[in-house]
Amino acid sequence: MNKSIFKITPCFEDIMPDEYKELVESDPFGKGLGVSQLGTYKELLEEHPLCAGCGLALSLRLILASLPNPEDTVIVGSTGCSALAFPQVALHNIHSVFGNQNAVASGLKRALKLRFPDKVKDVVVIAGDGATADIGLDMVMQSWFRCENITTIMLDNEAYANTGGQESGMSPQGTVLNMAPKGKKFPKISMPEIARESGCAYVAAISPAQPKRLEKMVRRAILTAREVGPSYVQIFSPCPTNYKFKPQEMVARIKQREKEGFFKSKEYITTEAQEYLAGLEEGKKDE
Amino acid sequence: MLESKYQVLVGPEGYLPPAAASMGVTLPEKGQALVEGSIVSEEEAIEKIAQKILEAKNPFLFPGPLLLWDWKEGVAEKAKAVKELADLAGTRIIPMPDYRPKYPMINPAVEINPNHPNLTIWHNKIDFCLFIGVHCHYANVALKIIRGGTDCYTIALCGEAGHEDAMISLRDVGLAQLASLTEAVARLKGVAGK
Repeated sequence: MNKSIFKITPCFEDIMPDEYKELVESDPFGKGLGVSQLGTYKELLEEHPLCAGCGLALSLRLILASLPNPEDTVIVGSTGCSALAFPQVALHNIHSVFGNQNAVASGLKRALKLRFPDKVKDVVVIAGDGATADIGLDMVMQSWFRCENITTIMLDNEAYANTGGQESGMSPQGTVLNMAPKGKKFPKISMPEIARESGCAYVAAISPAQPKRLEKMVRRAILTAREVGPSYVQIFSPCPTNYKFKPQEMVARIKQREKEGFFKSKEYITTEAQEYLAGLEEGKKDE
Repeated sequence: MLESKYQVLVGPEGYLPPAAASMGVTLPEKGQALVEGSIVSEEEAIEKIAQKILEAKNPFLFPGPLLLWDWKEGVAEKAKAVKELADLAGTRIIPMPDYRPKYPMINPAVEINPNHPNLTIWHNKIDFCLFIGVHCHYANVALKIIRGGTDCYTIALCGEAGHEDAMISLRDVGLAQLASLTEAVARLKGVAGK
């Protein structure tokens, strides 16, 4: 993105809505800001229509604050709760057909490489568990097999949450939801392990209860995808509406699940990615 | 070529109005313009726009991103000319800064969005609107929605080839056309004041 064009035409400054003025005055583009600086600059997610206490909304805010290169990042989304928030995101984002997100992202990344050979353009898929682990699993895994240079981030709320509450492949065994009254019969899919075995150079599982760690993982995943190969981050984002807990208990819910051993953060890095990231992180320390 | 009998008139035409192009309305050649589906001279169309602005009870201009963002040389001059037109004609301005659907967070009092322009028109009871600086594909969407669901008279001042779905559309609009329009408004206002 050419930031020199990011200014309001002088005679229209008085009619521009405040959110645009704020975005111009205190944007995060090209400034190397992150999660620690949240609150000091204009966030890329404006007001959103997601439910109170939505884990996915917090995760999305943290992901957007963690992007290493927001001005040159394109997000590919898919059908699901997150799709309701993307219209309010001040970044290029594409809504793909349900489950098709990794196929769209693959083509987009290849096109961007051809169109801007000398520029870094990050393509990041952000989709829910239904789009990633159920409906789009074919496209997701095929993109990993082909070693596409894209990052896949799954916002795992363990349900089809905006269609009344059906079980997804990521719902834990025994889960009872509005539209799954008999309880889920089979266990949660082990997506990080599938990603690792399918060719991802960097794989992580994390939750918004650890914002700094989430930031580190998202950055590592995107940096790995640039040079080494596909990467995958799974973010546990509990849903108060369908799992019927109080909105303010979202983070406590994650911690409880962690304590009970049903959720743990993890990271798999290939040797090649490890060497690449170590080089980058060493270089950053020296700066 | 057969001329279309379809007229692009004030709505509401219904939930899914046809694209005027599909009804045989064609874009004007250079130096021409479209008025309600018929090709006329640019001068005639400018005169008609000036009349319509002054007749309207609640006219608004909707400048789009190509005009609101100072992204290339010449934009500021064009924006200034549009502002002068708005001041002279007594129209208010609601911006279309980008094309995010922003559903359901649109604030129709202060912004318009091509994906649901009817909300802004209904909310502000707008009976005349003029699009300028809106990318053609989004202008087409918005103009069709407005014709389908509102009784607002639409004008599209286009820097490219014009818009069949507007009630009046000029093509290749630059500073000269804006100056002519402002001049026509001033002249008609003067006549009206005598």
